[in-house]
Amino acid sequence: MISLLWLVPALPFASALVLLLFGSRFSRRATAAVGVGSIGLSALISILVAVSFLGAPSAGNSYTQVLWTWMHVASFEPQIGLYLDALSLVMILVVTFVAFLIHIYSAEFMIADDGYSRFFGYMNLFVASMITLLLGSNLMLLLLGWEGVGLCSYLLIGFWYRDPANGLAARKAFIVTRVGDTAMMLGLFLLFTQLGTLGIQDLMQRASEQWHSGSTYAVVAAFLLLGGAVGKSAQLPLQVWLPDAMAGPTPTSALLHAATMVTAGVYLIARTHVLFSLAPAAQFAVALVGAATLLLAGFSALTQHDIKRVLAYSTVSQIGYMFLALGVGAWQAAIFHFVTHAFFKALLFLGAGVIINALDDEHSIFRMGGLRKELPVAFWTFLIAGCSLAGLPFITAGFFSKDLIIWQTWSANQGHAGFWIAGMIGALLTSLYIFRVIFRVFFGPLGTPVTKRPGYAMTIPCLTLALLSIVGGYVKGPLLRFLHLTLPQTIEAHAGGLTEIGSEAIAGVLFLTGVYFAYVFHLQRRSLADVLVANPVGRLLHQWWLGDWGFDWLYDRAFVQPFIWATYINKSDFVDALYIGIARLAELSYRGLSSTETGRVRWYATAMAAGSVLFIALVLFL
Amino acid sequence: MELTFYIASAVAILSTLLMLTRMNVVHALLYLIVSLLGVAVVFYLLGAPFVAALEAIVYAGAIMVLFLFVVMMLNLGKHAADTEKQWLTPGIWIGPVLLASVLIIEVVYLSRGNTADSVAGAVGPKQVAIALFGPYLIGVELSSMLLLAGLVGAYHLGYRKAEKPEIQHDAHTHERRADASGDLVLAGTDQSARTP
Amino acid sequence: MLAGILFSLGLISLLVRRNLIFVLMSLEVMLNAAGLAFVVAGSRWHQADGQVVFMFILAMAAAEVAVGLALVLQIYRRFKSLDVDELSEMRG
Repeated sequence: MISLLWLVPALPFASALVLLLFGSRFSRRATAAVGVGSIGLSALISILVAVSFLGAPSAGNSYTQVLWTWMHVASFEPQIGLYLDALSLVMILVVTFVAFLIHIYSAEFMIADDGYSRFFGYMNLFVASMITLLLGSNLMLLLLGWEGVGLCSYLLIGFWYRDPANGLAARKAFIVTRVGDTAMMLGLFLLFTQLGTLGIQDLMQRASEQWHSGSTYAVVAAFLLLGGAVGKSAQLPLQVWLPDAMAGPTPTSALLHAATMVTAGVYLIARTHVLFSLAPAAQFAVALVGAATLLLAGFSALTQHDIKRVLAYSTVSQIGYMFLALGVGAWQAAIFHFVTHAFFKALLFLGAGVIINALDDEHSIFRMGGLRKELPVAFWTFLIAGCSLAGLPFITAGFFSKDLIIWQTWSANQGHAGFWIAGMIGALLTSLYIFRVIFRVFFGPLGTPVTKRPGYAMTIPCLTLALLSIVGGYVKGPLLRFLHLTLPQTIEAHAGGLTEIGSEAIAGVLFLTGVYFAYVFHLQRRSLADVLVANPVGRLLHQWWLGDWGFDWLYDRAFVQPFIWATYINKSDFVDALYIGIARLAELSYRGLSSTETGRVRWYATAMAAGSVLFIALVLFL
Repeated sequence: MELTFYIASAVAILSTLLMLTRMNVVHALLYLIVSLLGVAVVFYLLGAPFVAALEAIVYAGAIMVLFLFVVMMLNLGKHAADTEKQWLTPGIWIGPVLLASVLIIEVVYLSRGNTADSVAGAVGPKQVAIALFGPYLIGVELSSMLLLAGLVGAYHLGYRKAEKPEIQHDAHTHERRADASGDLVLAGTDQSARTP
Repeated sequence: MLAGILFSLGLISLLVRRNLIFVLMSLEVMLNAAGLAFVVAGSRWHQADGQVVFMFILAMAAAEVAVGLALVLQIYRRFKSLDVDELSEMRG
């Protein structure tokens, strides 16, 4: 059963190929059947593989399936191999299952669109690339998957290509992640040249043998890999692409930019955790990046008025939590948070999609209102997901995972009080911004009227994810134990002054505080929100946070404008001059020769006489 | 003998020079005729009396007369003479004179080796006739075709729907070529003598 | 040498004068000079060829004059002038 592992990426690949080549000839039903069915089968096979893996644990707690050798170049022979262990198993289960639900949802969501088959083709290609990334046993395959998801992200963000703004957003996403990808590739080159192999497990082993903790190679390689992770996961300073990526269809935002693709960076760091353990400076940087990002994104999310942008910043913030966890050495906590985050973030996006669809493509929360009675399913699922995000104690999954992270920032060996404070402030901000959205959208007077109600294909995935957002947290114990097979146990230092329960209690209080303030400002007395913004300081902060802390402005000034200037300068470079020179020469000689054709007989006669005289002279005297 | 040669050549050159510089076309033509006659004398002195005669009759007689006809027909009056004066500025002469002098120098340089004979052998008309009927027969036929082409061309180009009668220039030429051309040409001449 | 001088004179005249008739006349001068050269050469080598060629030249000159003058007439009718420089439509 476990040998069917290769089907998990292969089925989506095959269906992507079919859909992209022939999809325009299929009916909607056929396209949906192929697109959704392949992911469904993939998910089913993942479950079977999981059962088989758990039932009969193999040596080293991992299973490798080599398919074939990619290339033979001198001594460089990377293989197409799939490596299954606890980490990748958890991740492919989540990815395929969430993708399956989102595909069912988008079968109805995208029904009116012309590019129906194209959409499913791209989505399937994405899932296939993601699975390849997760299951790749060597860095080449991981890189293949990495680039594949980048490509699909570009294709899907710019899905409605007729609007040039979407193309620009897609380009921005691709270019910014490219910066990160370059760093990552440099890191891979470094690892390969220094350690002589690309197989991930081999790499980790050799690194731990050859490099001592804090060695330059390890630190540099780890920083470079961090660069790649930062790019793909939209952390500081490369977070600018994710809010603009909301230009794509909502199922894309749900799948790529919430649940799966953006967590590829988290996976990378978790996979190469040995390397990061060898480079404490890099690991600290990971935590720092995570903490800074979660705060920054939290503040930005408070000011946004497009519902999807709020969720985008929320994603950035939550991944910041995962990075924070990785940075303090809380490996399992990070993956646990990934699992729960996938559930509730995808649900939030799907709910937002329901609302947007129902309100005939209205995105601004300030124009929505009173949808509690109109879209009850959307309301309840969104509420559950929002509570899970903010961490409603005990009954939501998010509570368990997020508070585990926050606790470990205090208690872990590499933890730091500053990180704990950042995590707490982030929790407050999270509940503030998500309940701001909930109160604005679902409560209060009716805003834009509802024109469409979602069908079963859209509501059932939402309900399923809502259920998972509640019960997902109860698997904490077994999950953590399972992940321990691969990821090392977090080293707990003596936690002075605070217990886990205490930390959780404080987090719960902050959650309620956030709800209260959101209630006050966005439901009870909405004018207060306006007053706050009208205040000069308030307005300044609002503008600043709305513009993503000025990062877009900065990058535009620092990189984009000089580049455009350079291209203008270079428009007529010396190579052009060479070709233009040749044309100019031809033109000159044409002018010169044509001016000898005066049409005057005497001129011609002179020319003939002079020519013959010259010729005779030449013959005579030379 | 030598003296005659020098005098004749001097006459030729002088009259050519004069021809170049005349304002009046008819005057220039007359000077040209004189020059041609001078050259005819030179031919005779070279021992080619037949060619001398030909030169005088055909060249000076027919061709120059043709020129005169056309000039008279065009009726260029004083206005033409004035424009000629206008056109011939002194500066205009420099270039061509320079070019021609270079040419002359070259010719002189070429001819300086051959001082050999002074008296050229006489080649009588009989010899010429045998050559024409012998190896140069094709040339004769070709030149008659050329003349035919010239005839037709001149007729066509000179054709005018106006009632002014056209003079068929070729008629005279062809009459002179009777011994060489043959009946073919004459036959064409008769027909073209009619005015359209 | 006489032929050479005459030829050069004809050349000068050809280049200098703008009246079409003069151009044709100078052409005749040049042809005549060339013929003279031929006859001299034939006489020098005691062969009839020189004179034969002279006769061909003569025939050719006659034909050329005929056609040329007919053209002169046409030109005069068209352009109302005999300036050679006026006839420069084939320029460029």
